Amino acid sequence: MTEAYLYDACRTPRGKGKADGALHEVSAPRLSATVLNALKHRNDLDTRAIEDVIWGNVTQVAEQGACLARTAVLASEFDESVPGLSINRFCASGLEAVNLAANQVKGGAGMAYVAGGVECMSRVPMGSDGGAIAVDPSIAIAKYFVPQGISADIIATEFGFTRDQADALAVESQKRAAEAWADGRFARSIVPVRDVNGIEILGHDEYMRPGTDMQSLGSLKPSFKDMGEVMPGFDRIAIMKYPHLERIEHIHHAGNSSGIVDGAAAVLVGNRAFGEKYGLRPRARIRATAKIGTDPTIMLTGPVPVTEKILRDSGMTIGDIDLFEVNEAFAAVVLRFMQAFDVDPARVNVNGGAIAMGHPLGATGAIILGTLLDELERRGLGTGLATLCIGSGMGAATIIERV
Amino acid sequence: MSDFSYSVDADGVATITWDVPGKSMNVMSQAGFVQLDGMVDAALADPAVKGVIITSGKKDFAGGMDLNVIARMKDEGGADPARAVFEGVMSIHRILRKIELAGMDRKTQTGGKPFVAALPGTAMGIGLELPLACHRIIAADNPGARIGLPEIMVGIFPGAGGTTRLVRKLGAMAAAPFLLEGKTNEPKKAMAAGIIDEVVPADRLMARAKEWVLAAKDADLVKVWDRKDYKMPGGTPYHPAGFMTFLGASVMVHANTHGVYPAAKALLSAIYEGALVPFDTALRIEARWFTHVLMNPSSGAMIRSLFLNKEALEKGANRPAVADEKVAKLGVLGAGMMGAGIAYVSASAGIEVVLIDATQEAADRGKAHSADLLDKGMKRGAVTAEKKAEVLGRITATTDYAALAGCDLILEAVFEDPAVKAEVTARAEAVIPQTAIFATNTSTLPIGELAKASMRPGQFIGIHFFSPVDRMMLVEIIKGKATGDRAVAKALDYVRQIRKTPIVVNDARFFYANRCIIPYVNEGMRMVGEGVAPALIENAAKLVGMPLGPLQLVDETALDLGAKIARATKAAMGDAYPDSAVDDILFWMVDQGRIGRKARAGFYAYDETGKRLGLWEGLAQKFPRALKQPELGEVQHRLLLAQVLEAVRALEAGVLTDIREGDVGAILGWGFAPWSGGPFSWLDMIGAARAVEICDGLTSRHGRRFEAPGLLRDMAATGQTFYGRFASRPKAA
Repeated sequence: MTEAYLYDACRTPRGKGKADGALHEVSAPRLSATVLNALKHRNDLDTRAIEDVIWGNVTQVAEQGACLARTAVLASEFDESVPGLSINRFCASGLEAVNLAANQVKGGAGMAYVAGGVECMSRVPMGSDGGAIAVDPSIAIAKYFVPQGISADIIATEFGFTRDQADALAVESQKRAAEAWADGRFARSIVPVRDVNGIEILGHDEYMRPGTDMQSLGSLKPSFKDMGEVMPGFDRIAIMKYPHLERIEHIHHAGNSSGIVDGAAAVLVGNRAFGEKYGLRPRARIRATAKIGTDPTIMLTGPVPVTEKILRDSGMTIGDIDLFEVNEAFAAVVLRFMQAFDVDPARVNVNGGAIAMGHPLGATGAIILGTLLDELERRGLGTGLATLCIGSGMGAATIIERV
Repeated sequence: MSDFSYSVDADGVATITWDVPGKSMNVMSQAGFVQLDGMVDAALADPAVKGVIITSGKKDFAGGMDLNVIARMKDEGGADPARAVFEGVMSIHRILRKIELAGMDRKTQTGGKPFVAALPGTAMGIGLELPLACHRIIAADNPGARIGLPEIMVGIFPGAGGTTRLVRKLGAMAAAPFLLEGKTNEPKKAMAAGIIDEVVPADRLMARAKEWVLAAKDADLVKVWDRKDYKMPGGTPYHPAGFMTFLGASVMVHANTHGVYPAAKALLSAIYEGALVPFDTALRIEARWFTHVLMNPSSGAMIRSLFLNKEALEKGANRPAVADEKVAKLGVLGAGMMGAGIAYVSASAGIEVVLIDATQEAADRGKAHSADLLDKGMKRGAVTAEKKAEVLGRITATTDYAALAGCDLILEAVFEDPAVKAEVTARAEAVIPQTAIFATNTSTLPIGELAKASMRPGQFIGIHFFSPVDRMMLVEIIKGKATGDRAVAKALDYVRQIRKTPIVVNDARFFYANRCIIPYVNEGMRMVGEGVAPALIENAAKLVGMPLGPLQLVDETALDLGAKIARATKAAMGDAYPDSAVDDILFWMVDQGRIGRKARAGFYAYDETGKRLGLWEGLAQKFPRALKQPELGEVQHRLLLAQVLEAVRALEAGVLTDIREGDVGAILGWGFAPWSGGPFSWLDMIGAARAVEICDGLTSRHGRRFEAPGLLRDMAATGQTFYGRFASRPKAA
């Protein structure tokens, strides 16, 4: 079978996802075009060779609506012969875009794809696209819908993670991100965002809080306690679903959950012939991809079963993986992953994650895959796995192998 | 005879008067709809008619649908009952929509005839849904009247457009208490809530209605939801504010009903889906969900037990045919918690009460309980100062048995000690008339034994109240072997006077209610001993519709009382005693001083004010959590069948003589899963064969206490249902 390779990966810095965030003034098509154009220029691409642009994006309304992928292509310097496909697998959209592209390549449908995604969370608020699962009683009631923060707290309660453990993971994420930036480890991927005149708007991850310690996190109030215990009382739903629990421990807060940010990322995926034809060197092979559906109420445990699945499908074991990127949607998600596989924390999210740098929903999957690739190269290691938990109870994973 | 009459006056105002013959309250039947429809057609067709008043010939407008009709709709639906029910409901929508559209030209919204509903009094259920389809609702200023849609209380929801119209009128958030909780209001409050339009003095009702009809303009006939610019108050589900409302609504409906009431969920779906489409489509959706609820066996079972059979029992379904035995003067022996509560409910019902205790101080304290409850009523605005004075005036608190002279009923509520009871029985009987009936409120002692202390065992009976007396609606009447018909009639007439619901059972250990509750509590404690997570035990109970988990219940009733009962039962049963495994836990807890809420320590931990904090963590040390926890369904089957099998055994043993009493008594007495309609309805719902299969499985895993009784096995073999086999009485629905 044809193999699929990663030829390049880049991303914008992540801006604070608020009205005072640096990227708040930048539109979703423009932010998308930033990384598309970067791929074109860095690789001297004849974009007519690109079969499709598969673009992850979660909140597909307003400026992110109407097939943002195609709008992004038209806003970029790509040839108009390149189509665009917007996809939504919530937080894993960016990774799923890469996986779809890789599997298209493996199946012989074209030579090369650009995959990635964008989320302008300061401009198109999370949740502003509605969604039946939260409000249609025939689904919300039957499936015990609770918001993600409650799910994260259920994970902590069910698997016994304390606030201190979650905060310690957050402190470590901040520390590692700061070190990675100081050491220039993101240099290869980062594409600064510039205005129409070429003036730089943002060149670094804006959300980070270097120097965060246990004490500063200790003063933060749990974010989901009120909605869980008081109005409208989601904990009661959680306990109905998991009746062996007496109460839900609310350990997550703004400091140990992923940050709301703006950002975009793009990955160039192609077969061997594509590289040969255009003189590009593949950096890694996409060895395996997987996705899975899981219990929608605890919702965010997907990284565990999807990792089991991808290892099983590819005949590998957890010991075969050198480095892991497990999206830091919430601290408990990563703690659960490490607990389930008994993996060394020193091999997980080694350059920090979304708790420190933020989680631009549609882009994150492509961001962490790029981070993983850069770090494997820097350390001279072979195999890495990226995985994310996903809203409504799903999981996605990708294993890459340097070539 | 017709339920409706029709007339047209000289000014061209037609009046449709609802007055169901032979009933004190109008209820709607299928025939009634046909008559109403014909009159609406006549009014619309008659050029001389300018408009229509729909009113009642009775002091109230209407109480609702005839629930017998609702309960039968599915059974009478033929081969495709869902379609038959749906089409039946749609035909009701068509009649009400015809009134609402009033014959107007739909494009120009002109030329219609005004319909006004003139409500002299109570208007509930269809009695409000019909007015909601009219163009104006005017009610008489009658503070005793109730306006509302209480359908949810009997396991259904407003299915004749009331759901769709009220949500469109008020918005989902504002309509919620009326639809989801069945809240009713007096007319002025109903007007303030926006449910009705106008309240006028009763003698002005018809004049004002006519005035409105004659003055109505085309625009007055167009409902807000039929206007092009209509926007739902509070927003539709995908409007930002509406999103939050609907997000919260699912949570609250699901959590508040513990997921076991199909009507609440269906109602919410009708509201949600209806909010996203035009009005006529919303009515059709409402009809689909309403049909769905009627097709669910829970709705029929709830209507049967909570309304039809409850009412039948209250009206004396099992009363012996003897003359009226209404109580004029009641003697209450013992002014403790139970005696004080009995004095209060009796005096509130207009009965003269003599409340006796050993000391004047104790007797006064018992009377003070009534004063406390009346004060609380005054704070709520439910009781006036005059009413309070009147009720307290009826209670004489004394130590003097001579005051019992002239009592026609005695209720003994002293300490549960046969010697003490015998003594007060003798003292009272020395004073009271020969004809008086003597009742004991014992919850544990056999009536036959206590009757031995009586000079007149034929006039001796058990009247067992539940605590707290003012809130618990069930009264268990226990016939001793010697108890005569007049005593039963007296007890039933008394219970009717105090507006509670009676069941009549025969004398056997723990009678009916406690007989079923004790195994429930024991099963919970057994599981603690087995290492089942206490939270799982408690939550499993709630998720099957029990109001309290078994551990919380035993904390409330006190573990030392449980231990006392266990010791007595063991002494009485000897080797046959089946509950030693329970006693290991129970006695250990009592030894630790953890005897329940009254000690601020039980299976739960409490703060110093008695507020429950959470399950006591010490349990886990004594009874380590089993590595493998049972499935939720297994825990629920154990908790349910512990009660249900005892109910079947009570029927088999002749303690229960009427399954209706078994079902109604279980729901009102100890809150047995109301959604199920009671233990016998639940067995009918799952089928005897399935029940036996569950029993066999539980017996093999947990012991002989789950063995299916012979009656149940017999019914499984013959494919019978309890209501099929035992509902021979004509009144049983």
